[in-house]
Amino acid sequence: MNEGFDWNAAGDALPLILQGFKVTLLATVLGTLVAAVLGLAIAVAGRAPSRFVTVPVKVVMEFIRSTPLLVQLVGAAALFTSVEPLTIGIVVLGIHYATYTSEVYRAGIDGVPKGQWEACRALSMTPRRTWQAVILPQAVRNVLPALGNYAISMFKETPFLAVITVQEMVFEARKYGGDHFAYTEVFTLAGLVFLVASYPTSLLMRKLEKRLGH
Amino acid sequence: MATEPLPLQKTAATAPEDAVAVPAPRDSGHPLVRFDKVVKRYGDHVVLDQLDFTVERGEHVTLIGPSGSGKTTILRLLMTLEKVSDGVIRINGDPLTHMQAADGSLKPASEKHLREARKKIGMVFQQFNLFPNMKVLQNITEAPVNVLGMDRDKAETRARELLDLVGLSAKVDAHPSQLSGGQQQRVAIARALAMEPEILLLDEVTSALDPELVAGVLELLGDIARNTDITMLCVTHEMNFARDVSEKVLMFDAGRVVESGSPEKIFSDPEHERTREFLNAVL
Repeated sequence: MNEGFDWNAAGDALPLILQGFKVTLLATVLGTLVAAVLGLAIAVAGRAPSRFVTVPVKVVMEFIRSTPLLVQLVGAAALFTSVEPLTIGIVVLGIHYATYTSEVYRAGIDGVPKGQWEACRALSMTPRRTWQAVILPQAVRNVLPALGNYAISMFKETPFLAVITVQEMVFEARKYGGDHFAYTEVFTLAGLVFLVASYPTSLLMRKLEKRLGH
Repeated sequence: MATEPLPLQKTAATAPEDAVAVPAPRDSGHPLVRFDKVVKRYGDHVVLDQLDFTVERGEHVTLIGPSGSGKTTILRLLMTLEKVSDGVIRINGDPLTHMQAADGSLKPASEKHLREARKKIGMVFQQFNLFPNMKVLQNITEAPVNVLGMDRDKAETRARELLDLVGLSAKVDAHPSQLSGGQQQRVAIARALAMEPEILLLDEVTSALDPELVAGVLELLGDIARNTDITMLCVTHEMNFARDVSEKVLMFDAGRVVESGSPEKIFSDPEHERTREFLNAVL
């Protein structure tokens, strides 16, 4: 630290960091996909007429939301030792965030005016068609910006995957830092990569939000 | 607008010219709509109290009365958007709100039964309720294609005819948000007609419109009333509509029919004190 910033070490570590970034990005994209699809399923299931569906869904959701992501990752890795760590990471990230995106979807669904449901009933549309053609297209459109923000948030939480030995960006940074005693350089680099990737994305989200009239 | 017969009905039947005449009920001898001691409660609040009334096939009935008198609830019960608390609603003699159990007794209808039963009934809402995520044409073809199983080309041809009828041929590809309130309501009327309903329920359809747009929508509904055999039940504060379009006016107060009769009778010589008060207030 006293010797100042070692630019050579930074240059040396960059390819490794970028290699890790690819894994980070992959985990984020696939994790977001899981969260987006599963969250929607949870939101729709939460409106099921039967308590045999809504109560278990609620219990599982509360459980996941009340425990830290880190604990879930370690727990899942310990339970499923034969599964690739990256796969575990993606699935756990996805499920964890699905409990949040489901709330977003729920708000989006609640935001569809009651008159839309009534119009569907007045036209004798089936529940399935009502969801598919009328409610979900409107709800999803309403929640797109919020979903984007969760994607960014997930992106910034991928370093937790390092704990279950997924070789994402921070894992690589820590490894290089330990090997060459250049923590400042590699973590600065990793931080910059996070910044460069997420800031424009959140700007894009804000723009999208405005365009959708929120 | 639309002077030729509307492309709606299988038979090109027309309503009788004489406004007071009531068309004879077809086949069954049952009135098309019968409310039999219908009660609707929200908690302790009784909206409809042992309501009895009938509507004959082809009749155009206007329901008037003060706010909170249960008029809109009647339409919502008929559309099965609400459940009756007690009593039975019958359409052509068949229970709408109930199903015949194996032992002949009536039990509350299942969702599936309701979906089938309500196919005969169409509704136009105060707030239009068009689907904003669909273009105008899709709004009209959605249910015919996906509920009635109509061929898409045929549904589109009919939708274009209906749009022509409501004077909006040019807006086929528009989104509802690009239309004025009056235009949206016309599309909503076209959408309801596309299902070929036997009964059309009109719930304060001009209340959300700018005053200058009201006349066009009323004129359209008048055309539909004259040129089709669709039975219409209309809740409105537009007494002109009641006078020009309907043969029968039902005056509601506190969940009961206070008085019924021809528009001429109700408007010029009301018998009941409540009717007089109400008409004095709105006319």
